[in-house]
Amino acid sequence: METAAGVEACLPIRSDMDLVWVRQHVRQAAAQLGFGLVDQTKLVTAASELARNTLVHGGGGRMEAAHVVRGRVNGLRLAFADDGPGIPDLDRALTDGYTSGDGLGMGLGGARRLVHEFAIDSAPGAGTTVTVTSWAVRPPHPREVV
Amino acid sequence: MPEYGAAGQGGSPAREVGEFLLRRRERIAQRWADETLFRTVFTVSREEAVEAGRAVVEALAQVAGADRSADPEAPGFLVVRDQLARIGSARTRTGVTPSQVSNDVDALRPPTVDLLVADLPDAAPEAVREATNVLTVLMGTLRLVVMETALSEGQALIDRQRLQLMEVATPVIKLWDGIVAVPLIGTLDSARSQIVMETLLEAVVDQQARFAILDITGVPTVDSLVAQHLMKTVAAARLMGAECVVSGIRPAIAQTIVHLGLDLGTVVTRASLADALGYALRKLGTDIVTEASHGAGER
Repeated sequence: METAAGVEACLPIRSDMDLVWVRQHVRQAAAQLGFGLVDQTKLVTAASELARNTLVHGGGGRMEAAHVVRGRVNGLRLAFADDGPGIPDLDRALTDGYTSGDGLGMGLGGARRLVHEFAIDSAPGAGTTVTVTSWAVRPPHPREVV
Repeated sequence: MPEYGAAGQGGSPAREVGEFLLRRRERIAQRWADETLFRTVFTVSREEAVEAGRAVVEALAQVAGADRSADPEAPGFLVVRDQLARIGSARTRTGVTPSQVSNDVDALRPPTVDLLVADLPDAAPEAVREATNVLTVLMGTLRLVVMETALSEGQALIDRQRLQLMEVATPVIKLWDGIVAVPLIGTLDSARSQIVMETLLEAVVDQQARFAILDITGVPTVDSLVAQHLMKTVAAARLMGAECVVSGIRPAIAQTIVHLGLDLGTVVTRASLADALGYALRKLGTDIVTEASHGAGER
């Protein structure tokens, strides 16, 4: 579990077949870093949503996977980058139910809820990069006020 | 190939090489039959290897005669393309890497060059060198053609398998009178889900099904697109008068669907295929009772 071999990768996202590859890589990498089954499934689903966005809205791009460590906790950071038209209105894109295509409009907002950290960098005409990070052990939650 | 009949002296080097190949095809084929490439592909009889070698040599002779030694698209190669593809794929099937196959093809060159040099004892060194050059280029092209056919063979195989997978992976099973089930396995992309929907709707008509169970136990990832496909299938089945039940929702998938924010409220879902079958049977007014409770606890 100490080594990051088989985790670090840069995969192309050019077709539906590449999405399968992305999902399989994320699943294997997450399992290798000690993610539980639920967290694996969440991260794979988020990766699937974001990779499809890269393909459909960004016109193709790539995913970079990296092994990150915080203290003694392993994490997996995935960056989805494309050189597409970019997102003009980020807030609206993150709104559930809003879609510029013919999907359900749950992808981006849903992906944000499935991962621990979510960052999006986009400007009209300058492409889009979505970076998500999940940790093998959930970071301690602040106590919820009842 | 009548144009090679007259052995003209002082022709172009390419033409000379073409004539040499045709003249010595028997000896070249005999030598090739002992090389790795032909020895490992044609294991049944040596005769078979010699025959295949002869065909390839004749093709090379035609290519050289047409002065297209460096052109892999030369019409002469067309005749032996199938043969070469068979040789290439037979080698790769045994686990040999493409570069090894390439080397095997290259191993055919030295014996051929030897024969060429031996065949021109009286020619000027200049002419011998030119002829050898042509032959080397020609053998390089052969190498290219073998690799190319092997690769396109691989691509065709992948395409065939993809189609096969789509057909195989979507059986519709009749579970009971009026109840059909589709066990979904693998990735549910747009093409697959289209086939699933078609086969399911056909089955609904054929079996006069009132209930259709979509089991997603074998679907590794349920994201918004998969959910959308499922909901479309459910809606289409409903239009045909069948109620859909989605079963096989694993705990991890259930949590993911909730976090993703997908609303499957309009779809009847069950944890397992057995639950879904029980639900459908009850709705149809059929109930399964164990023998012990039969008569006593019947509802």
